[in-house]
Amino acid sequence: MSSRISLKQKFTLLFLAAVLVVTVNACSSGGDPNTNTAKSTDGAEQQTASANNRLSTIKGRGSLICGVNGQVPGFSFVDQNGEYSGMDVDLCRAVAAALFDDPSKIEFRDLSAQERFTAVQSGEVDLLSRNTTWTLSRDTSVGMEFAPTTFYDGQGLMVTKASGVKELEDVNGKSICVLSGTTNEQNLADQMRKIGANYTPVVFEEVDALYAAYEQGRCEGATSDRSQLTARRAVLAKPDDNEVLDLVLSKEPLGPLVANGDSRWFDVVKWVTYAMIQAEEFGINSQNLASFAQTQDPEIKRFLGTEGNLGGDMGLPNDFAAKVVKHVGNYGEIYDRNIGKPFGLERGLNALWTEGGLMYSPPFR
Amino acid sequence: MREKIPFWRDRRVLQIIGQVVALAIVVSVIAILGNNLVNNFQRLNLTFGFDFLSRPASFGIGNPPIRYLSTDPYTRAILIGLLNSLRVMFFGIILAGVLGITVGISRLSDNWLVRKLASIYVEVLRNTPLLLQLFFWYFAVFLKLPKIDNPLVVGDRIFLTNRGLDIPWLAFNLQTWLALGCLVLSIFLAIVFWRKQIAAIEQGQDHKIWSWLLWGIAIAIILVFCFGIDWVNPQLQDASITGGLNLSPELATLLIGLSIYTAAFIAEVVRAGIQSVNQGQWEAARALGLKPSAMMQLIIFPQALRLMIPPLTSEFLNLAKNSSLAIAIGYSDIYAIANTISNQTGKSLEMLLIVMIIYLTINLIISAIMNKFNRSVQLKER
Repeated sequence: MSSRISLKQKFTLLFLAAVLVVTVNACSSGGDPNTNTAKSTDGAEQQTASANNRLSTIKGRGSLICGVNGQVPGFSFVDQNGEYSGMDVDLCRAVAAALFDDPSKIEFRDLSAQERFTAVQSGEVDLLSRNTTWTLSRDTSVGMEFAPTTFYDGQGLMVTKASGVKELEDVNGKSICVLSGTTNEQNLADQMRKIGANYTPVVFEEVDALYAAYEQGRCEGATSDRSQLTARRAVLAKPDDNEVLDLVLSKEPLGPLVANGDSRWFDVVKWVTYAMIQAEEFGINSQNLASFAQTQDPEIKRFLGTEGNLGGDMGLPNDFAAKVVKHVGNYGEIYDRNIGKPFGLERGLNALWTEGGLMYSPPFR
Repeated sequence: MREKIPFWRDRRVLQIIGQVVALAIVVSVIAILGNNLVNNFQRLNLTFGFDFLSRPASFGIGNPPIRYLSTDPYTRAILIGLLNSLRVMFFGIILAGVLGITVGISRLSDNWLVRKLASIYVEVLRNTPLLLQLFFWYFAVFLKLPKIDNPLVVGDRIFLTNRGLDIPWLAFNLQTWLALGCLVLSIFLAIVFWRKQIAAIEQGQDHKIWSWLLWGIAIAIILVFCFGIDWVNPQLQDASITGGLNLSPELATLLIGLSIYTAAFIAEVVRAGIQSVNQGQWEAARALGLKPSAMMQLIIFPQALRLMIPPLTSEFLNLAKNSSLAIAIGYSDIYAIANTISNQTGKSLEMLLIVMIIYLTINLIISAIMNKFNRSVQLKER
């Protein structure tokens, strides 16, 4: 071993010094938000891409990353062919259709109830459409931004007929299977506290594991949103041995959501959702869309983008609403296809406001 | 004049520069990550803090080891999770240790059948994922037990269903506490008398009196145990079992699954330890005419232990960490509860920190105990 330094070692040192200079630079540039403009192109791009403009990131990527459940028939479910279907999935498709005129430009990510908010916070998914209840704390302290509700649900309770449970009071001393990290878990605790009943919660992380354990008799009841219970009951081995009790434990407005702090992207998701509702109100669906091409109704012309610049101002193609309806359909079509026909659930609260429901879109103007 | 070495060729200077550069890289990487974190917190309008821990948890936990209501604060929920984790780790380590040593010794047995069975055990359990094994135990074993409307009853007091094992448990009233106090006192007395008896035997004195006393204490313990302690029996009523102690199928799954899986690894550690003992030791032991069991107990195992303890510590630490798979089968361990809390409050970073610190502390304690044990069995060179 010679004590003199070789050429190779010198180069290594030089390289290390270079790395140091670069990292210290990058570090100081990130630290001061006011000096963003004067930075190297690399740093500036990263800053805008992550902080302010997810819309252009998605356009640049050429596909939408959408977080879904994947285990609830009617909302998001993977069929035998590996195809996703359901209301939540169709919302993702609608956004992709509005952006790219192609509802298949999506990457779906299956997320558990536990993973979902972290996936949004960290920017792993652009959009979460995973039967998620809109609550105050999720909107504020969890850092989410909720787009309009696409399904007004309520928490229910499914029990085995053998258990003899007819109302909530009968649950005293029984076990209830529940999904962790959901509003259902907290509502159940609240309701039981209210009536002073004792119960054993058996808390699962996975939807499939929950219903597997329920089916094996681990719990007398399973609690979740009524739509989910109805859908999962249909795929149990013996649906007739189970019933979804006629009680509603809570309000569960379900809808898509994005991360806080990016209002441009939030606006896109919000107005694509409204476009589906507005299309139903106008009576425009995927079948009769072509017949509206020559319409003289200024409201419909603005909506379909043949007049004005509503879509363009949002950073979308001007006829984004027409693309949504063409590829995915209006809200009523989506509901019937995924929930109404397969499970026979009435529209109820999810009917248009003109028919006594809560589905209402602000004007497209 | 001697030529002065330029600093870039001076080894001492270069070494210092090298260390400064390495330190600077580490510091800047940490700074970048930290800065990234702060920026993202600002972007999402999130705040960092632990104030939320005192808010009510508002979710239920099944089978809490100590009293828990959904109105209790998050700290209490974390404590329940910690206790749930600790009981799995504690009993899991004991079970895995006993089972692993048994299987490890069996792998070197002279009996062909025992040897092969032990090999099959090790190879099957070591080469399948733990999560799969847990699901197997849960869905294929414990949930397949009789349903609650048709329980397996042992002597009217013990119920086995797929809701778990219900056994009689202490009623914590004054009488029971007194009886428990008596029991502790009798055990203490028994140890004292045992020592006196041994001392008497060694000095060749009459030790009859001590053995009579010991018999007396034994009878007293049995009487107190049977009649002094107030037991609460589980009772079956309208298809639900109340009273007594319920060991849930989730706890059983985790305990059995973890122990049996870890035992396979421990068995290999034990085998390696035993095989590392010099052949001469076996021959010497045989030459002394020791029975095989005494040979293992007195000569081979104590020497093998010196080699076994460090890898054994790793296996115990693995068991402790693997207990976080509880979440998959619905057992409320610390990780599952922390997950729920971070989901409810959006404080994922804070909860991650708490969970990391808790696991780190538990594992450091396990390491410290095992290191102490390690030192006690090492060769004492004088």
